[in-house]
Amino acid sequence: MMRFLFPRRTSSLVPNYIIVLLLVIFAIGPLVILVFNSLKTPADAGRNLIGFPREIILSNYPRAWVVGQFGKTLPNTLILVAGTVVATLILSGMAAYSIAKLNLPGSGILTMYMLISSSLPIQLFLVPLFFLWRKLGLVNNLLGLIIIYVATNAPFSIFLLRSYMIQIPSDFEDAARVDGAGEWDVFQRVVVPLAWPAFLTVGLVVGLSVWNEYLLATVFLTKQELFTVVTSYYNFSTAYGGRDWGLTSAGAVMMIFPLVVLFLLMQRRFIEGLTQGGLKG
Amino acid sequence: MGTLIKKDLSSPTRPKITKQFFYRKVIPVLFVLPILLIHMTVVLGPSISSIYFSLTEWNGIGPAKFIGLANFQKITTDRQYIHAFQNNLIWLLFFLTIPIAMALIAASLIAPLKKGGLFFRAILFIPYILPSVITASIWKDLLHIDIGLGGVAARLGMPFLNIAYFGRTDTALLAAAFVDNWHWWGFLMVLFLTAMQSVPQELYDAAKIDGANRWNEFIHVTLPGIRPTLVFMLLMTGIWSFLAFDYVWITTQGGPAGASELLSILVFKNAFQRFNAGYAAAIGLTMSFFAGIIIGIFQILRKRGWEI
Repeated sequence: MMRFLFPRRTSSLVPNYIIVLLLVIFAIGPLVILVFNSLKTPADAGRNLIGFPREIILSNYPRAWVVGQFGKTLPNTLILVAGTVVATLILSGMAAYSIAKLNLPGSGILTMYMLISSSLPIQLFLVPLFFLWRKLGLVNNLLGLIIIYVATNAPFSIFLLRSYMIQIPSDFEDAARVDGAGEWDVFQRVVVPLAWPAFLTVGLVVGLSVWNEYLLATVFLTKQELFTVVTSYYNFSTAYGGRDWGLTSAGAVMMIFPLVVLFLLMQRRFIEGLTQGGLKG
Repeated sequence: MGTLIKKDLSSPTRPKITKQFFYRKVIPVLFVLPILLIHMTVVLGPSISSIYFSLTEWNGIGPAKFIGLANFQKITTDRQYIHAFQNNLIWLLFFLTIPIAMALIAASLIAPLKKGGLFFRAILFIPYILPSVITASIWKDLLHIDIGLGGVAARLGMPFLNIAYFGRTDTALLAAAFVDNWHWWGFLMVLFLTAMQSVPQELYDAAKIDGANRWNEFIHVTLPGIRPTLVFMLLMTGIWSFLAFDYVWITTQGGPAGASELLSILVFKNAFQRFNAGYAAAIGLTMSFFAGIIIGIFQILRKRGWEI
């Protein structure tokens, strides 16, 4: 076995490819099976959840769209994603600009605060936050949840934007200042256009995390008409999972298909952003 | 550099010190203030107040009644708590070994590939971007008794593998950990791969000249080369293992019969189902305490001269 894994003095990479391909099957085999199951009749799925469909039907998809209430939940999720991404890019962008470019007094303390708070568990502040939000009328309120997402995504966003902005030479900003531009104009007209790749990365990562988020969404949005795609899918899959597999599988495919496509199109940016986010906690 | 130019610009046109003070000190603060206020309202304030609530009996609606350390005394004798804590330790052990080993093996196999390296990196990363509810529902189907993978195993002559993994007290926790890991290990692999690709090639060439085989290379060149990333991820794994929630909640809700309960599940149930918000805050505080201990251990090791 050892000789197979680590053969002496050969440059053959065939064993590497074999093992990596097995891992690829482990990683995406379940997704392929998911697509198969979404095309099965209930009877077919009830017999076997692993193999090919005996007969391919597409009707699970429109059925899942209706039963899963995607028409109602998708707008909620899209509002949360758009609101959080826009607010994060503006507010975290401003903070990153101040730290990177304006010699913010006390920026060291701020960085420490962000580092420590980004490793705090949600469970620590979840309970008091929920009761505070209820007092403020922000439970069952999309804006209320957006504010929370903006806060929890802030440390990562500020770190990533700041580290990009630091590398931008100050000449352009100084030229704008000579022309009489205020700091807001410098930020908006000079720094944002120059730092757009970092803004795009942050937007993608934050958007993905909001799209996928479960715990906060399930705690703060308890009314059915405010459910997100994810929280509603959870209820849908508990109601139909274990008896209508084609239906729940079709719902799942509809939810992850846009994610996987977007990821494959921009995988370098996603991976960069997510791994940096992971390293920053 | 930036400050020098700014000074030259502002001093002739704006001679007043107050105006200068405004431009140098106030404007930068104004840029940070909105996000800082939001963050303090959402994270800092509630985090601090949970210390107070942990000392109270509180149903979450009415007034909180101060009861001193009674919640923490209750923790020491609460069977559910002790069981959940043990489960968190099992979770920790699982995530310190299996994903790390899988990610190290995969990354070291992919690193030398000249063709397909980027492709494998992207494909193996896909499970990490999926929502936890989907991942959980996929694996609930795959691990279904009789018609899932267990049924396949039974047909291949291994009927002992055909069991309801999420429904048995002896397998529920590990099944949830397995699902979490399916989504997690590829992310870890990419981190290790990135670190491995920055290990200088000369070190491998030198090792080859010394007659090292691939195993020797892995132990003496690759592992030391990625040590900062590896140690950091061990640290983060340690912290996250005390905070894990999603996958267990979605697959088993802590069941059956509390078999897969974690501390985070107890917080959730106490706060939102049993209306013991004070007790929930106390449990949440202990979770942060355990995560803090992990950080402390690493700090001590670092002071003792470990290069972390």
